[in-house]
Parts: sequence; C-alpha cells; structure tokens
Amino acid sequence: MNQTTRGILIAGVGGQGILRASDILCRIFMIAGLDVKKSEVHGMAQRGGCVTSHVRYGRKVYSPLAKKNDVDILVSFEKMDTLRYLDYLKPDGTVIINTEELYPPAVNLGEASYPDDVIETVKKCFSNVKIVDALALAQKSGNARTVNTVLLGTLSTCLTIPLEMWEKGLAESFPPKILESNLEAFRLGRAV
Amino acid sequence: MKDLLSGNEAIARGAYEYGARFAAGYPGTPSTEIMEAFANYPGVYAEWSPNEKVAMEVGIGAALAGAKAMVVMKHVGVNVAADPLFTASYTGTNGALVVITADDPSLHSSQNEQDNRHYARFAKIPMLEPSDSQEAKEYIKLAFQISERFDTPVFLRSTTRVSHSKSIATLDEPQKIEDTTAIRYDAEKFVMVPNNARKRRVAVEKRLKELQKFAETFPENRVEINSPDVGVITSGMPYNYMKDVFPDFSYLKLGMVYPLPLGLIRDFASKVKKLYVVEELEPFIEEQVRALGIDVIGKEIFPYTNEFDPGILERAICGPGEATPPPQAAAIPPRPPNLCPGCPHRGLFHVLGKMKVFVTGDIGCYTLSYMKPLEGLHSCICMGASIGMAHGMSKALGEKGKGKIVGVIGDSTFLHSGITPLLDMAYNRSNAVIVICDNRTTAMTGMQEHPATGFTLQGEKTMGVDLPTLIRALGIESVRIVDPYDLREVRAVIQEELDREGPSVVISRRPCVLFKREKGKPSKAYFIDPEKCTGCRLCLGLGCPPISWKSRKDLPAGQEAGKSKKQQGIASIDRNLCNGCGLCRTLCKAGAIMEET
Repeated sequence: MNQTTRGILIAGVGGQGILRASDILCRIFMIAGLDVKKSEVHGMAQRGGCVTSHVRYGRKVYSPLAKKNDVDILVSFEKMDTLRYLDYLKPDGTVIINTEELYPPAVNLGEASYPDDVIETVKKCFSNVKIVDALALAQKSGNARTVNTVLLGTLSTCLTIPLEMWEKGLAESFPPKILESNLEAFRLGRAV
Repeated sequence: MKDLLSGNEAIARGAYEYGARFAAGYPGTPSTEIMEAFANYPGVYAEWSPNEKVAMEVGIGAALAGAKAMVVMKHVGVNVAADPLFTASYTGTNGALVVITADDPSLHSSQNEQDNRHYARFAKIPMLEPSDSQEAKEYIKLAFQISERFDTPVFLRSTTRVSHSKSIATLDEPQKIEDTTAIRYDAEKFVMVPNNARKRRVAVEKRLKELQKFAETFPENRVEINSPDVGVITSGMPYNYMKDVFPDFSYLKLGMVYPLPLGLIRDFASKVKKLYVVEELEPFIEEQVRALGIDVIGKEIFPYTNEFDPGILERAICGPGEATPPPQAAAIPPRPPNLCPGCPHRGLFHVLGKMKVFVTGDIGCYTLSYMKPLEGLHSCICMGASIGMAHGMSKALGEKGKGKIVGVIGDSTFLHSGITPLLDMAYNRSNAVIVICDNRTTAMTGMQEHPATGFTLQGEKTMGVDLPTLIRALGIESVRIVDPYDLREVRAVIQEELDREGPSVVISRRPCVLFKREKGKPSKAYFIDPEKCTGCRLCLGLGCPPISWKSRKDLPAGQEAGKSKKQQGIASIDRNLCNGCGLCRTLCKAGAIMEET
C-alpha cells in the first residue's frame, strides 16, 4: 500500500464552488512544496447534481482518486450529501460538515424527506467532526459567495501547512477586489 | 517553471510549445477545454467548426498545406469524423496532424462508452495515451513528431480522468517557429481514386510495420522491473491506480497503445511469473498479448464497464477483503442533475410533456427533460438524430403518426448535424414538427460559440447564420418563432404546426439563463404567498430547483398552510435560487405567485 499519499474529498452540489475550492487547495499544497493531484467530473454535474473533487498530496502522488476507506478528510458542502461519501473515509478520518441544506428534486416534490439525523449519524461513526454554518460566516465576511473559502478555513486547522502559505495561495487565487472578503471568510472558517 | 494543469490544459500547452499554431474542433465533454486553452495562446489559429467531420477536414487541409494541425473532439465525435480520417490515413499528412480523442469511461457526460483505441487499429494510425498532465504535455509533442516522421495522422487518446484531473507539470519555452506551409501538388498521394488509393494502401501497411519497429524502442513504452513475481502491462490512468496500490509490482507502462511493441511485451512477460493486463473498457491490449501465446490475467477479473479506481483494482486482484460497511443513515434521496432555475427549456418541455406526442430528442441540456416531472422527451441517440428519427417515425406510422411526432434539437446541435436531415424532411415531404431550442449558445459544454452566435472561438465578430432564412432555404415553408417562457403560445403554435400538412419548424428562442453576454437572466425573484397557495402542486410539475413542497407538519408553529384546514401543505420558492423566469406564476391558478418588489 502507498502509505505516504494523503487524501481529501470535497463534495457537495453543482454551483457551490467545490471545484474552485479544490483548485485553491492544490495551489497551497504546491506552495508547500508537495506533489499534488486532483480529480473531478464536470459536465452534467454542473446542473445541480452531485459534485466531488478528490485532492491527493504527498511526496509523490500517483492516483488522483482515492479508494474507499482511504480518505483522511471529507469536506462536505451540503449536509445530507455528507452521508453519500462516508465510506470513502478512513476509520479515524475527519469530517467537516457545512449545515446548508439543498433539496434534491424528490424532496422538493414531497416524495422523499430530507434526513433529519445526518449529524448524529456521522458522529456515531467518526469522532473528529466539525460542524460549520458556512453560509452564515460567508455573509458575515461581507460576501455571501465565500462559502467555499470559509470551509477551506476550517480545513486549514486540520492540516499542518503554515498560515502564510494559505494566505499566499488565497492571494494568488482571487482578484484584489474580492481578496479581502475571502481572507476574512477564511479567518472566520479557521476560527470554527 | 511549474504549474498545476488539467490534462486538457497540458495538451494545449504542449501543442503550443511544439509549435503547432492550428487547431479545429467541436465542443464535447471531456475535450472542450483543450480548444479553449489553445485558442488563448498568441499567434495561433483555433476554430470551433460546425461539427467534428468538418474539423477533421479542416485539419487535413491545414496539414496538407504543411501546417502542424491539431483536431480535437470527444470519443463519439470521432464517429462523425471517421470518414475523412480513414482516408487521410492513406494520403498521409505532409505537415503534421494529431487527432485528440477524449474518451469517457463511466459515461459521465456521454451517450455511450466506446473505446476509441479500436479506431487506431481500424484506421491503421498510431495512438499515444498519457496518464497525467506532464505526460499529456509531452505526448502531444511526441505525437506531432511521429506524424511528421511517418507521414501519418496520430491519435492522442485521453479519458475523462486524464482530461479533468489536475497535476503539476513543468512549462517549457515554446520552440522557435519556422513557417512550413506551402502549396504542394502531389496528385498520386492526395487524390484517392481507386488507382492511387490501392498504391497508398500498400504504403499504409509498410508504414505500420515501421511504426511497430519504432514502438519497440519508443522510450515511453517503459519497463519498470521491481518484483519478478508479478508483472503488469497497462497504460493511461490505470497505471496510476496500480502504482498507488501495488508499488512493488513490475510494470510495462505503454505510452503508445497502437501499434504495440510485441517484442518488448514478450521480453517483459518472460521476466515475471504472473502477468496482468490492466485496461479500462475493452480487452484491446489483452487480446493482442494473448495472440502472442502469452498467458495473462485480464478481463476475467477486471470489469469491462466503467472507469477503474484504485479500490476496484485492489479488490479485483486481492479479493473483496473486509471492507468496513458504510455507515447507514435514513435512505439518502438521489440528486440527479437538473435544468437550471429559469432555464428556457423548462417551459417548452413542460408543454411537450403534456401533449400526447412522441418527442425524439437530441444531445444537450434539454435531454434531462426525459426525467420526472417534465417527461417531455422520449429518445436520445446522437448529435442530430432527433430530426431524421422524427421523419422516419412519422413516415413509418403514416396516418397513425399524424400530429403525434415532434423532434427537438438545440441550436448548436442543429448546425452540427441537423441541416441535412431537415433537408430530407422537406425533400421527402415529412409530417413531423421540429422544434429548435435556440438558446443562442452551446450551453451544455459551457457556452461555446457556433455559426449562429456571431462570434468565433477566438472572440472575433463574424456573421451569425439566420436560422429562419436557412430553414426556409432548405424547403421548409412553415417556420415559427416562440418564446418558451410563454407556455400558452408554445402549446398553441406547436399544435397548429402538428395539425398542418407537411414538415414545419418551430424555433423556441430564449438565451440560456447562464449566458452572461445575452443577459438571459431576468432580475427579480418570485415568491409564493402562503395565504393564497391552495397546495395544488401545479408549480412543482416544473421541477424547478427553487420550488419546494412544505407539508403542514414541517411548517413553523403558527404558520398556516393555506386557508383550508384540509390542505396538506404549501409550495415555497427559495429566493436565493430563483432566477425570475415567472413560469410558475403562469401556471398558478390561485394567483399565489408574485414577483418580488
């Protein structure tokens, strides 16, 4: 087995800024001098479907995809969708859950109900669980479109990369006009 | 300098570094970003052609004129382009011609899962297959070199995982460009009439033999000897999966998947006790290795369908093991992709789903309308198929099909391959109605230009073909234009055209709601007055993401669900998601839906 490569899985719904978040994350690993690969599927998934992005990093990375039971951190941008990917996590993995709820068609139509035991279920299986109301924090940052940066802030507390490298990566990723609100969103997420 | 590049960006970068300045393609997931990235480099010519066959012919023309040309498409695009490609294999390339085929194992965004390695053998041209972005950038250069050296078109095959993964690649300085273009006459080589083609046919076989020899020492057919117990022959992304899980195995990593280095394979096989061939989709390499009389393990343990991942390969080789069962919560409702809020297709397909007609569909976002609750589309085969199929159905059904067959196609798809079947409908007096969903762009692949948008891939202003004029010129007498936000008009006009004798076309015209240039997005959101909502659920029939059902028990204490105590709940609109198309207001008989002020 390849023991040196670690994996992060970012998951949620098309339009939530998942691919952008994983791009920024990869840039930061690059700044930290690590090898990194990421993989996702675009296309039909942009239309409100599930979106996942695998990020794998280490000294030398081969596969951009993790296997099941091998992801270190799951960052779930949508509450219910956390449950879809728990089987990717290592038993001692960390779960970051955004509490935002986005209803799929069956729930909208009243044919299925939105599960009300998501956080309990996750906590039953994993001891490292962080709950983030990322939308509220994004709004607090002054830019409601920074949900993904808030969650990167929370993720940053689970990794050993120095803060300056995160800030450098963010500065390289955003135009000056929206950098300040994103840095604030990152700080708010990091304080969770 | 190093950068994080997707496989697609790396292919574009490599072509540019090598000195290619000419590319043609048609958008298609997962290939689209190659053309978009290439078009941004200085001094290049890059075009969206109307379809892949045209793109291939444009590329062949450029190559015969001495250019280094790249032609880009998804796997099914090669089906469209196959006709010119097979004979360009005979003529050779003069300059250089590299064809990118981006395959889609797992059908993430495709109608089939064909393995285009077969095209290499079929057309007798070599194929390279990179496994990450660094290789993608280098292999495109090697592909150009092979094309120049052996006077042949060359395939570069990518898959969704290579195209849409990002990894670190080293950027090199672009080579100095020499102008290699010139008019060159060579009728025996370029005029493929039988007498000339027979001679070229022999040249192709000779070239293939030389390529086979070349493959034996091609450095990207790489042997990594580790444990002598287990050897693996593999290529592309599966190489990474295997290296991740089984770093101690020995590998023959094939950078060229056609023609195969048979001598190298024999030699590698002799050095290991047990040999696996690991390849997604078809046993393309495996069958050729078996034909050498070498005993391998392949498709008896590795799946034919879907892409691999490290876990699939580990389980195939080591057995299922003791996987921890995934923690179960209450059943998780599925989350299929959906038309965007305010999508102009929604109104059209809401109407079609309610009419008693068979709707032949096509390739585009609107294909999603086959699902509940719209259910307004009943077939989907390939680009352009809707029109020919509607005509065929209508002819086969005769009187029974009268007024019952509608074909639906997008504007970009119509220009791709809908013009000739529409000509057929006019020529052979069809009775079907064709609806063109004209959203002014190639929406599904992410807003690419086409010949009716008025702009080129490189952002230059150009002509935009006028669809009604084009359609009338084909011999269709009745051409109507409707606004898909106006449900009553859409229904009335389609019905009138169904009742008419002869073929007709309805253009359902409104820009894609995500298309910024056309300002497709109306400004104000709508809301539902909970006091007025009668709980009839008509608005839910649109399947619009912001509209949801709140049952009585889920409402906050004190909030009433409509006037009647019997009412089970109310509909509600998420104002953050609503794009303000107002379709739901049109449907609401209670007048409960209003525009925000």
